Amino acid sequence: MKLQRKLIGTSVVSLTAIAAFSIIAMVVFVMWTIVAGAWGTISWEFLFSPPTEGMTEGGIFPAIVGTVLLVVIMSVAGVPVGTVTAVYLSEYASQRSLLARSIRFAVNTLAGVPAIVFGLFGLGFFVQFVGSGMDNLLTDGVELRWAQPNILWASMTMALLTLPVVIVSVEEAIKTVPQDLRAASLALGATKWQTIWKVVLPNSITGILTGGILAVSRGAGEVAPILFTGAAYFLPHLPTSVSDQFMELGYHVYIMSTQSTNVDATKGIQYATTLVLLLLTFMLNFSAIFLRSRIRALKAR
Amino acid sequence: MGIDQNFKIRTSDLNLFYGQKQALRNISIDIRPHQVTALIGPSGCGKSTYLRSLNRMNDLIDGVSITGKVVIDEVDIYDRHVDVVELRKRVGMIFQKSNPFPKSIYDNVAYGPRINGVREKAKLDEIVETSLKRSAIWEEVKDDLKKSALALSGGQQQRLCIARALAVDPEVLLMDEPASALDPIATAKIEELIYELKENYTIVIVTHNMQQAARVSDYTAFFYLGQLIEYGETKKMFTTPEKKQTEEYITGRFG
Repeated sequence: MKLQRKLIGTSVVSLTAIAAFSIIAMVVFVMWTIVAGAWGTISWEFLFSPPTEGMTEGGIFPAIVGTVLLVVIMSVAGVPVGTVTAVYLSEYASQRSLLARSIRFAVNTLAGVPAIVFGLFGLGFFVQFVGSGMDNLLTDGVELRWAQPNILWASMTMALLTLPVVIVSVEEAIKTVPQDLRAASLALGATKWQTIWKVVLPNSITGILTGGILAVSRGAGEVAPILFTGAAYFLPHLPTSVSDQFMELGYHVYIMSTQSTNVDATKGIQYATTLVLLLLTFMLNFSAIFLRSRIRALKAR
Repeated sequence: MGIDQNFKIRTSDLNLFYGQKQALRNISIDIRPHQVTALIGPSGCGKSTYLRSLNRMNDLIDGVSITGKVVIDEVDIYDRHVDVVELRKRVGMIFQKSNPFPKSIYDNVAYGPRINGVREKAKLDEIVETSLKRSAIWEEVKDDLKKSALALSGGQQQRLCIARALAVDPEVLLMDEPASALDPIATAKIEELIYELKENYTIVIVTHNMQQAARVSDYTAFFYLGQLIEYGETKKMFTTPEKKQTEEYITGRFG
């Protein structure tokens, strides 16, 4: 009996340990494969020059610029909307009200929608509905400008995709503001809005930023939502307005590996592009972690 | 009812419910201006709930309903036309746990005036100085007004919170066990301060500490199970209480 118990104990410990270590092993393996594959290709020149020779040579500068632009525009569009929603949910809405529950349900549903569905929605809503509406209004439908995929519609679609993440993390940040501080402000004759603006938001600003960054880093890795809403196969120039199409790192990897005229010749470029995309995402995540530890340090003081 | 100069706050038949649960039963107390009124009673007796109903802080809790009247300066504060924000400017509150904002000492005190639209630096400086002097903390902090309020000791933080409440120039000060988290020396300072403040303000204080009630208050109200058991002059109540329950509580036989 005793031996049997011991045996079970040991095997459970080793199984869980193996499972845990295999995670680390996988990460190391993935990183190693990418770095090794990218080694011969990555260079400053690769980062700062456009693709050449039918995209079998050259760099990925337009894709880096496109990705950064996408991330910036989607943050500008998504983070404020998400923050306002989170403020409404946590500060104004009565927690048991039908409206608050419906919003929460919608947010959770939105979080579970596959990315490709967002892409199709973006195509149908932003490009075809809003875009042609704008063209009809601005040029009587003569000129085709907004009713085609572009960086603005892609960013909007991406903002929608990241909205649930922003809302949830901002709400968490707002919840960490002690109730005492709200009471103090209200007891001094501050209105609810003054309390939110002067006490709640300033005390959760780092949490809001962290949430924004995490949402953005999640969005930066997605390709499906921009497939039909703005990403270009190849562009000889950088986008000059929000109605231009753009190149993007994830999409670049995708077309390099499936649509290229000479897939084997682009292997180095694929690895190097993946590495750049990963590093960009890591940088965003690390800045979020850094901000979070800063808040903890400030609070501990 | 004519204008009665003898009372600042008149409460009549106040009932308060948290959902189905009744927390206050037919409370009627008239509170005199420029006096300290202490609310005593065992935990859960309703004294804090009653205190918070005087500046409508109970409004913030979901599911609270109230019947009866609370009249401050001849205005029923539960009347539909009453502006709660204005009410809270006139009826300030000090909380059990000192709750300064994570800002500088100066910005804490200036918070109230600023939300009321005071922008001039000179005017703000003056309000901050007067409020800190009135709350007897000026000498300790006058050289570090830019320092974070969180760097102060517990007792100093509580006096800062009092200064912050005074800065909006209230008429009534509600104090919810303001010294319960403080050491005896800091407590003595707060009590001394309460004694000085009653010259300019009407003070209602909730306390768990019988000696404190006896020391600082002019009138005492004893609450038990949501009811007002006895209300009268502190001196009389602590020497010859009318009700047996009061006597038992004061002498420490229960609670």
